[in-house]
Amino acid sequence: MIHRKAGAVLAAAVFSVALAAWPAVAQELKIGLSTEPSSLDPQYHNLSPNNQIALNMFEALVAQDPEQNLQPALAVSWKAVNDTTWEFKLREGVKFHDGSPFTAEDVVFTIERAAKVPNAPSPFTQFTKQIVGIDVVDPLTVRLRTAAPAPLLPVDMVAIRILSKKAASGPAPEGKTTEQLNRGEGLVGTGPFKFVEWSRGNQLVVERYDGYWGAKAAWKKVIFRPLTNAATRVAGLLSGDVDFIENPPTVDLPKLATNERVTLARALSNRIIYIHLDQFTEPTSGIPDAGGKNPLKDKRVRQALSLALDRNAIVQRIMEGFAVPAGDLLPYPMFGTRKDTPVEKVDVAQAKKLLAEAGYPNGFSITLGTPNGRYINDAKVAETIAALWTRVGVKTQIEASAPPVFFKNRDEFKYSAYLAGWGASTGEMSDPLRALVATPNPERGMGGTNKGRYSNPAMDAKLVEALRTVDDEKRRTLLQEASKLAMDDHGILPLHFEVSVWAMKKGLTYKGRADQYTLPYMVTPAP
Amino acid sequence: MLVFIIRRLMQAVVVMVVMSALVFGGIYLIGNPVAMLISDQASEADRLAVIRDLGLDQPIWQQYLTFVGKALVGDFGKSFRAGEPAMRLIFQHMPATLELAVIAMTIAVLIGVPLGLYAGLRPDSFGARSIMTVSILGFSLPTFWVGLMLIMLFAVALPDWIPGWPRLPSSGRGPTVDVFGLKLSFLTAQGWLHLLLPAMTLALAKGALIIRLTRAATREVLPMDYVKFARAKGLRERRIVGVHVLKNIAIPIATVTGLELGQVIAFAVVTETIFSWPGMGKLLIDSILLLDRPVVVAYLVIIVFFLVLLNLLVDILYSVLDPRVRLDATAR
Repeated sequence: MIHRKAGAVLAAAVFSVALAAWPAVAQELKIGLSTEPSSLDPQYHNLSPNNQIALNMFEALVAQDPEQNLQPALAVSWKAVNDTTWEFKLREGVKFHDGSPFTAEDVVFTIERAAKVPNAPSPFTQFTKQIVGIDVVDPLTVRLRTAAPAPLLPVDMVAIRILSKKAASGPAPEGKTTEQLNRGEGLVGTGPFKFVEWSRGNQLVVERYDGYWGAKAAWKKVIFRPLTNAATRVAGLLSGDVDFIENPPTVDLPKLATNERVTLARALSNRIIYIHLDQFTEPTSGIPDAGGKNPLKDKRVRQALSLALDRNAIVQRIMEGFAVPAGDLLPYPMFGTRKDTPVEKVDVAQAKKLLAEAGYPNGFSITLGTPNGRYINDAKVAETIAALWTRVGVKTQIEASAPPVFFKNRDEFKYSAYLAGWGASTGEMSDPLRALVATPNPERGMGGTNKGRYSNPAMDAKLVEALRTVDDEKRRTLLQEASKLAMDDHGILPLHFEVSVWAMKKGLTYKGRADQYTLPYMVTPAP
Repeated sequence: MLVFIIRRLMQAVVVMVVMSALVFGGIYLIGNPVAMLISDQASEADRLAVIRDLGLDQPIWQQYLTFVGKALVGDFGKSFRAGEPAMRLIFQHMPATLELAVIAMTIAVLIGVPLGLYAGLRPDSFGARSIMTVSILGFSLPTFWVGLMLIMLFAVALPDWIPGWPRLPSSGRGPTVDVFGLKLSFLTAQGWLHLLLPAMTLALAKGALIIRLTRAATREVLPMDYVKFARAKGLRERRIVGVHVLKNIAIPIATVTGLELGQVIAFAVVTETIFSWPGMGKLLIDSILLLDRPVVVAYLVIIVFFLVLLNLLVDILYSVLDPRVRLDATAR
C-alpha cells in the first residue's frame, strides 16, 4: 500500500517535472542548414543562405509570402506617385531590438549603406542603384526617386533589410563594418529574433524579440547549425540532434516520407532547370560533325531536341517526383506566367522528322556540359538527357565538371549545350527573361546569363517595354507575350522546376516557400 | 643542433613559397572566384566592381607579388567569401581541429600500443589473430563510411532499439570553455559526448596502423640479445616487456605517431565534413569549393610550417629516445 502510494507520488512528481520541463524544451528549435551564411551583415553577400538568416533579425519595407506575392512589412503601403517616384508609408510604432523607434532615417541610412560596403562579393547595389534620390517627407513617409521608370522597385526593396541607423553607425564609411556585424556589434533590426551568438562553422543562436510588432514566433530560442553533408543532416534529424532540416537528399525522400516520426514540407520553387543551346558561333565547338555549320541555329533542330526530352520520366525516375515538368521559365501562377503554357510532350518520330527536314537525317554529335553538384541531381539528369537525345539520332556525350570549372567554361562560351538552373529571386517573369533569353547587353544588364546567346529582337522589345511599364496589368501582358515568343522559338529548353523539401520532426508544420528560404519564424509546433 | 633547426626552417620557407605559387596558379586555372561568389542577377558594372575590389583584375603574377609582399609582414589577405582576415578564420577553427586530432591520436595510441604489444608477444594466439584481422578492417574501410556507420549506430539505431541506451550527438561540437583564449570543448561533459564519434572514426584507422607497427617492432625486438640476456638474468616478464621491449619499440612508434598526428591535423577533412565538426579541414574544403584563394593559401602555408615543425620535434624526440642519434647539420 505504502509502496503504491510512494509510486504514485513519484509518478506525479516525475510527471509535473516533465510538464514543467516541456515548454522550455518545446520553445527551442534546432535547425540543420545545408549552407552556412558567409556573413551576418545583411548587405554584404546577396546569397540565399545569407538572406534567409538576415530575415530572422531584420525586415525589409516589403516582404514576400511563400508564393512570393508582395506583402507589407516595415512599409504598410506603397504607390507610384509618378513614373519615376515611389512613395512608401512606413509602419508606425515599430521598435528596433535596442528599443529605438524605426523611422524614415533608418531607411535612408540602409539604402545608402548598400553602396558603401567594401569587398562585397555580391553587392546589394543591384537593388538600389536605380535610386537617384531619397526624400523623407515625414518620419513615416519616404519617396524613392529613380532616373527611369522602375516598376520593380517594390520587389527590389524586398532584398534591402533595414538596419538601425543608431546602432549601425560608425567611423567607417559604411558605419559598422561587416566584421563588426559578424561579431554582433550593431546587428540590430526589427525582426522577430534577436542575435545571441555566432561561432562560424558551429552554430548561430537567436532568441525571440518580445517587442516584435507582428505575431510572436513560437520559439524562445532558435539554433542554426551548418550540416553541409546531406547524410549528416538526415542522421541529425533522425537522432533528434536537430528538429528541422533543409534540402534532405532526394534518395532519402521516399524513406523519410514513410518514417512516422518525420514530416515533410514541400514547395514548388522558382528555380527552373534548363538547357541552353549555342545559337551564336558557327561552327560551334561541341558539334564537330555538322559540316562546319551550327545546327542549333535552326529552330527545327532546337524543337527536335525539345521533343526528344521525356520530362515526365526525368521528374519521376531521376527526381523521385520532387520536381515539376516545365514549359516556361517560371511556374504558374507567378507574375507574368501564362495559365495555359503547355509542357512539350515527348515525340520521337516528330523529332526525327524535324531533324531530317533541317538536313540532319542521321543526326549529329554534341557535347552537353553540366555542373556536378550544383543543382539537385544535375549530372544524373544530364546523363538521362544524353540517352534521350541519342535516341533521336543526336549522339550526346556529357561533360560533367565541378561547379567552379563549369561556370568558368560557361562564361567563356565553351559549351554548345549546357544544363543549368536559375532561381528567379523576384518571383516574376522579367527576372528569368532578362537574365536567360534577352540579347546579351552587359551595359544595360540584359542577358547576363544568356550564354547560348539566343537573340530575338521582338522579344527584347516586349521585355524592355515591360520593364518601363508601371501599370501591373499591362506589364503582366507584356511579360506573357515576351515569354511566349522565347518559348515558341525554343531559344532555351526548360526542363523542370525543382521542388524544395524540408524535413522536420512530427508535430512541426512549415509552409514550404518558393524562394527556398528556411524561416523558423514560420515554423509552428503542434497546437 | 641550432644549425640543424635553422636549416630545417629555411627548407620550410622554400616549400611555402613554392606551394603558395602553385596554389595561386592552380586556382587561377580552375576558374574565376567571382563567378562562384556573385549573384547571377548582378549587373556587369557590379561584377567588374567586385573583380576590382578583390584585386582580381590584375595579372596573376602581380597578384602573387602583392600577396608575397603583404605576407612578409604577416597579412595573408581577407577571405573573398567571409570578408574577414584569412588567418583569423583559420585560427578560429584551429582549436577544434587540434583538440579532435590530439584526442583521436591519444585513443589510437592507448588502444594500439597494448593490443599491438600483445599481438607481438603472442603472435599465434587466437586473440592476436583476431586483433590483426580487425586492424586490417580498421585501415582499409573508408573514413566516410565508418563515420556514417558510427552515426547510424550510436546516434540513431541503438538508442531506438534498446531503451535507455544513451544517444550520442551525431554532429557538431559541444559547449566550449575558454582556456587562455582557446575555446576547448573537451573540458565539458557535453563536449566529450560530441567528440566521441569523430575521434573514434579517426582513431580507428590510426589505431590499426599503430597496432601493426607495434606488433612488427615487438617481433623484431624480442629475439634481440639484450632481451634474451634479460630473460637469462631471470628478470620478470613485466620488466622485460615494460622496460627493454617498450623502450626500444618506442622510437618508431613515436615517429609514426608524430607524423600521423600532423596528417590528422592537416587533413581531417572527411571526418570533419561528416560530423560537421567546425575545424580547419571543413574550412579548407569549403574554401576550395568556392575558390576562396586567400584562405586556401594561408591554410596551406600554416600547415607546411606546422608539419615542418612537427617533423623537427619528432627528430628531437628521436634523439632523446635514442642517444645514438645525433642531430647535426648533415643529418638527413
